[in-house]
Amino acid sequence: MANGETAASAGGGEQRLQLLKVLGPVHVWALGVGIVLVGEFMGWNFTVGKGGPEASLIACWFIGLLYTCVAMVDSEVTSTVAAAGGQYAQAKHIIGPLMAFNVALYLVLAYTMLEAADALVVGDLMSQTAAEFGHTGLDPKPYVVLSIAALAWLNYRGVAITLNVNFVITFIAFVSIVVLFFAAQPWDLGAVMHHEELMVGLPYGWIGVVAALQFGMWYYLGIEGTTQAAEETRSTRRSLPLGTMTGMITLLIAATLTWYVASGLLPWQYLGQAGVPLFDTARVLGIPWITGFLFIGTAFSALASANGTINDASRAWFSLGRDRYLPRVFGAVHPRYRTPFRSIVFLIPVAISFGFTGLLDQVITFSILSGLLGYTFMTFNMVKFRRQWPIGSIDRGYVHPFHPLPVITLFILCVATYFATFLGYGKTLLSVMAFYIVISVWFHFRRYQFVERGSQFTMPWPRPQGF
Amino acid sequence: MDFWDILNYLAWIVSAILLAWMVIDTFKVSAEYSEDYLLSSREGEDIIPEDDDNG
Repeated sequence: MANGETAASAGGGEQRLQLLKVLGPVHVWALGVGIVLVGEFMGWNFTVGKGGPEASLIACWFIGLLYTCVAMVDSEVTSTVAAAGGQYAQAKHIIGPLMAFNVALYLVLAYTMLEAADALVVGDLMSQTAAEFGHTGLDPKPYVVLSIAALAWLNYRGVAITLNVNFVITFIAFVSIVVLFFAAQPWDLGAVMHHEELMVGLPYGWIGVVAALQFGMWYYLGIEGTTQAAEETRSTRRSLPLGTMTGMITLLIAATLTWYVASGLLPWQYLGQAGVPLFDTARVLGIPWITGFLFIGTAFSALASANGTINDASRAWFSLGRDRYLPRVFGAVHPRYRTPFRSIVFLIPVAISFGFTGLLDQVITFSILSGLLGYTFMTFNMVKFRRQWPIGSIDRGYVHPFHPLPVITLFILCVATYFATFLGYGKTLLSVMAFYIVISVWFHFRRYQFVERGSQFTMPWPRPQGF
Repeated sequence: MDFWDILNYLAWIVSAILLAWMVIDTFKVSAEYSEDYLLSSREGEDIIPEDDDNG
């Protein structure tokens, strides 16, 4: 060992490097809401195109219910698993290695693709700004690369500074939504917003509502990422559930405000295909400082999302390396910054290459489907967790109420969303499924022989019931 | 060459510096510390850090 001055002692005098335990509930909130909030600034509005404004509101609340179930289930399991990797670590202990490997891949791909999509948004915003100033055709690529490089550098340098920055920019982005809402004078209906004229019922019937569910995920996609911080929070039992649940409440408020303002100012035919709907809403409002504030909010939300996804993807990749599901070199911790530095550096070119494809639609759909597969896994995971470790058998920081109702609700909503995705992106859905099946075969027959089966389970859990 | 062209070059240069910094530091750390030490992390060990050197 060349230098042990920054190491933590693991007992018995052995020097070990651990990820730095410095995070509190505010950081967990910043991570979860930071990843998601960009979805209020863009993406959610495709629900309007699928089924009209009322269908969008139904999707907003039904998918809100799906994610509330995700947050509750996740909070309970993670309050017992103080390990990076989040759902990966849960799956490894509760279901088994093959499920765990798949879940980790869902996480890494969902977050890395989301990161690329966020960087593409920053690039597009720069191009649009240049066009406003008379310089058309600005190449967005330098800004895509700069966003990824700068945020990866921040992540490399430490988790506390990363999530402190995320808290500030996420909070500013959230405030911009609230300011837009009040600027639209919701207390004086008809003065600025015109819901009565702009509501058109369900132009495509109830099938439009089902189709809207897929893009409804944009309102909340990524809140489950809070669990990746489990190993770096000072009190996992308290901080994780508190940060995740307050994050979910923030998103439910932000999503409803977003729908209300945008659907009261923009006709649904435009709103359903707009690139930056909240910024457009501000432009229609016609107050220059609010337009400027929403531009900043849009840019900050994209940067916060990319920042959080780098954090989460690198933790999932790091966990795979640490357990030898991937080459062990990825399980290294930086001795000074205590971050999974090799995983962070390795995923940079992956994110940039996704970003350079420019295929925002496909990248987002792959990301959504990977997330959806992860939520479906949670239902089986939770049922097995409660069976093998019933209440009282393991120290839980949070116990979600009404079990198994949230799990059943989550499963039904996941099935409905698969159907919605199949309607719009059937080929992509099947391709994603085929990809995960092939990679599972590779893992089972090729990679698993390198895993040290006993050493991957180091959590001090009691023996499960029935074993 | 107008302001936006210069900004483009600046974005490339800053990106290159940041990426190079990370790659060089990764190699430096890997050379300076033993692999066993860098890979010594274990999940589930609730260890209080001795310092807060967090960049």
